[in-house]
Amino acid sequence: MAVIKKPFKGKEKTSFPILKSTLIASSILVGTWPVIAAILPEDRADALYHSYDGGGVEINGPSLLVRKSMSNNTSLSANYYIDSITSASIDVVTSASPYTEERTEYSVSGDYLHDKTTLSLAYTQSTENDFEAQSAHFSLSQDFFGDLSTVTMGYSRGWDEVGKTGDSDFNEAVSRQHYRVGLSQILTKSLVTELGWEIITDEGYLNNPYRTIRFIDPNDLSKYQREPEEYPRTRTSSALAARVMYYLPYRASVHGSYRFYQDTWGINAHTYEVGYTHPYKKNWLFDLRYRQYSQNSADFYRDLFQRQEELTFRARDKELSTYSTQTLGFSVSYQFTPSSLQFIKRGSINFAYDRIRFDYDNFRDLRVNNVNAGNEPLYRFSANVIQLYFSLWY
Amino acid sequence: MTRCSIKATTGLCLLILINACSIQPWVKPYERQHLADPIMTFQRDPISSAYINHVYQAREAARGAEGGQGGGCGCN
Repeated sequence: MAVIKKPFKGKEKTSFPILKSTLIASSILVGTWPVIAAILPEDRADALYHSYDGGGVEINGPSLLVRKSMSNNTSLSANYYIDSITSASIDVVTSASPYTEERTEYSVSGDYLHDKTTLSLAYTQSTENDFEAQSAHFSLSQDFFGDLSTVTMGYSRGWDEVGKTGDSDFNEAVSRQHYRVGLSQILTKSLVTELGWEIITDEGYLNNPYRTIRFIDPNDLSKYQREPEEYPRTRTSSALAARVMYYLPYRASVHGSYRFYQDTWGINAHTYEVGYTHPYKKNWLFDLRYRQYSQNSADFYRDLFQRQEELTFRARDKELSTYSTQTLGFSVSYQFTPSSLQFIKRGSINFAYDRIRFDYDNFRDLRVNNVNAGNEPLYRFSANVIQLYFSLWY
Repeated sequence: MTRCSIKATTGLCLLILINACSIQPWVKPYERQHLADPIMTFQRDPISSAYINHVYQAREAARGAEGGQGGGCGCN
């Protein structure tokens, strides 16, 4: 697909939400453990190809994750991840020009197990042409009560540098802090639950330097003009989640989860998810899942402002609007044991597909320009998310 | 809150605490074969879970508490 980047005309948020996850590697590096007793994660290597296609945005690339135990109580892990982005999203096509860019992320981590306590440290670095992010993570996990309960506490600190393509003098910083606590509790022989609470604080330049808002043109009320967005320089959010998983008598499992989210920008959000896992014969594993998400808009969000500088803070980022998403997805996994490679315990080939539908309640489709400002149809789109990955345990 | 309700709440907390001390783990290690099955893991393949969380974090305002012991999502 031919794309022409015109950086001076600005670009959509695409790269920025991706950078929301600059600390994400901690979750795959610090790892998840079975719900029975304190043990280190298994030695394994994963190679993933990922693809997102929706709303004029295509993002794909590889992710490689390797974990190896160094001793009975120490495990190291490393992750290499790339997002190759081609964006002609609605923001881009209505206010700038399509562009391509790439984000590269490296992460390393170490876990140390002592008795029923696991200490984890991780470091992540993410780079793209106009954004640099570093983050450090600490986590402490303790099993108790006959290993029926696991309490986890975590802290992360991130440092971002925000640049602007075409403006070498533009240089802003963001500081981020995460505080996490979690409880995993075995309730019966077949039922396990998790509770998680995470507080995140951001301080610094939280705008997207390229995005604009629109306001009614005072000279022609049927049209609109644009001005830069203006965000608060702080944001604090709190998310509380509960998950439950149940083992069915015929060897299958069902799970459900709910998360409530709230932040100081006035956004409340609810996330529901249910899923079903079904093994078939010796080698196959099937997953089916459904997810529903909804949020209200930020206090300073408007699709169309009434006048220039109407509010002190102003945003027209669709991720800050009122909207909902629905996801239906499935996964297929084939597991095998290679007989010719003695050092490989087992392997799996996996395919996952998710279709996400986005329905916006107060973000309008500005590609329709033959109507008066504010009367454009509401925006909606669907996205296809594909994962193909290969895993080896050794 | 009245003094009476404070006393009642304190009493209830003490009662729960005393009872909690006498509770023993009710699922024995030899009864956990179902829980040890990989299909009972919330995030069976970390590389896949992290990616799909990333997809949502990039397109939704909500962040945090995505699951996974210790790591958290580390978003935004």
